[in-house]
Amino acid sequence: MSDASTDEPVQPAASPERAPRALQARGPGMWATVAALLRKELLVELRTLESVPGMSLFAVTTFVVFHFALNQNTVSGDEAAGILWVTLLFAAMLGVNRLFVADQDQGGFDAFLLAPVDRTAMLLAKALALLAYLAVLELIAVPAFGLLLLAPPLSQTLPDLLLVLVLADIGVAAIGTLVAALAVQTRARDLLGPLLALPLLVPVVIGAARASSPLLVLARAGGHVDPSQVRWLATLALYDLVFGLIAYAVFDFLLED
Amino acid sequence: MSSRTFPPERRSENPEISSQGSPKRELRGFRTGTEYGRGLRPLSIATLVAVPIALVLVFFYAPIEAEEGFLQKIFYLHVPLAIVTLCGFVIGGLLAIVHLRTRDRKWDLRSYVAIHMGLIFGVGTLITGSIWARGSWGHWWVWSEPTLVSFLIVILLYATYQPLRFAIEDPERQARYASVFAIVAGAFVPMNFLAVRLSTAYLHPRVLGSSSNLPPKMAFTFLVSLVAISLLFATLCSYELTAKRTRMLLKARSRTLGFR
Repeated sequence: MSDASTDEPVQPAASPERAPRALQARGPGMWATVAALLRKELLVELRTLESVPGMSLFAVTTFVVFHFALNQNTVSGDEAAGILWVTLLFAAMLGVNRLFVADQDQGGFDAFLLAPVDRTAMLLAKALALLAYLAVLELIAVPAFGLLLLAPPLSQTLPDLLLVLVLADIGVAAIGTLVAALAVQTRARDLLGPLLALPLLVPVVIGAARASSPLLVLARAGGHVDPSQVRWLATLALYDLVFGLIAYAVFDFLLED
Repeated sequence: MSSRTFPPERRSENPEISSQGSPKRELRGFRTGTEYGRGLRPLSIATLVAVPIALVLVFFYAPIEAEEGFLQKIFYLHVPLAIVTLCGFVIGGLLAIVHLRTRDRKWDLRSYVAIHMGLIFGVGTLITGSIWARGSWGHWWVWSEPTLVSFLIVILLYATYQPLRFAIEDPERQARYASVFAIVAGAFVPMNFLAVRLSTAYLHPRVLGSSSNLPPKMAFTFLVSLVAISLLFATLCSYELTAKRTRMLLKARSRTLGFR
């Protein structure tokens, strides 16, 4: 984006450089639209700092709350996996709740629907933006978890944990975007978002927690991979695939007014 | 449905009638209204016959199970309820797909009724399952039984269907969003069962899986109660549909007649 436009107020979904291309008969290609929308999302987040700092702060505070609630200085194994995933999930809910609010309140949806572009681009861009938020959240929350609560050193587990985090994040991003788009049009959107998302994400929590709990035990035999862990990762990947496709199939129906 | 009942000059006198719902369309609405009610009587009679037959078979025909004794008879209520609930949810999702494809609101109404009834039957399933668990394992709730746990998650998800639906004011959008939810949740049902089943090492014999090698008397009783519960579900759905349809027609009628 040029220097001149940084002084202007942010206009969601109607970034100035897309307008001339949108006037063409066919409209821009899918990936160009996704890239433009994603850049708009990240730019808005970077300028307003609405979601990610709040999510990260929430996660760190929740670890402190867990320390007092459980009355334990360090955790490991199942307990550690549970605390980590509950915290990440609830922090993700904060981001999910805010995902479409600006578009709804400031007319971003209308501007997007006026443009002759594939509506799926909105889903992809929002899901990628949420994925980026989750990545930044985990960049802060996972080291904080290692510092504050986790008993085994984080450096051992991190490479294996990374795969679990990525697979779970994809699932959260797909479900989160869909649920956010569903909830944003309702009267009680802040309430309905988590209510809808939590049961839908229970399989993700099961898979992620079970896959990461053997990584978080104190005396971990490094190197070999547990076969049950592969099963959990496969479940997570299957879930991501199924709900990614479902979100792709139904998202268009949420954007028609 | 003849236009003779409405003289043309009367229609032109009152433009509100022709703009809101032409008398012709209203008559057509009445016809579909009776269509909804048409199957109701035979369906009700079939249910009224099937449910007592199923109960008689359960209590007097099916043998007492050797291990669990009399308590096992709740199986004939609990498992059909669960099957019918899940079928109701999946049917609700399929009807929602039809709604999104055809954009005919009657499919959304059917999807709503199927899910609504499924939710009621689902609560019944949880209660009977809880009683069974208490009787045979000594606890009201057992986390090691994957079917029960996944059922709870599914019910928790579907419990948000009505809050979501009625938090949207625009009726067209309400139908569309409810359909999207019904499709997503319908696909969630099998995924959830897979994940929860993987997560629990099951300790208890799986009744549903072993129903194929039930003794013939038990299998017959089970099938009859499954039919009876399905008929009950269909009858209640059709009653609710008829009631909703009638209420909508009454509202439309009083609007055209000028009542508030």
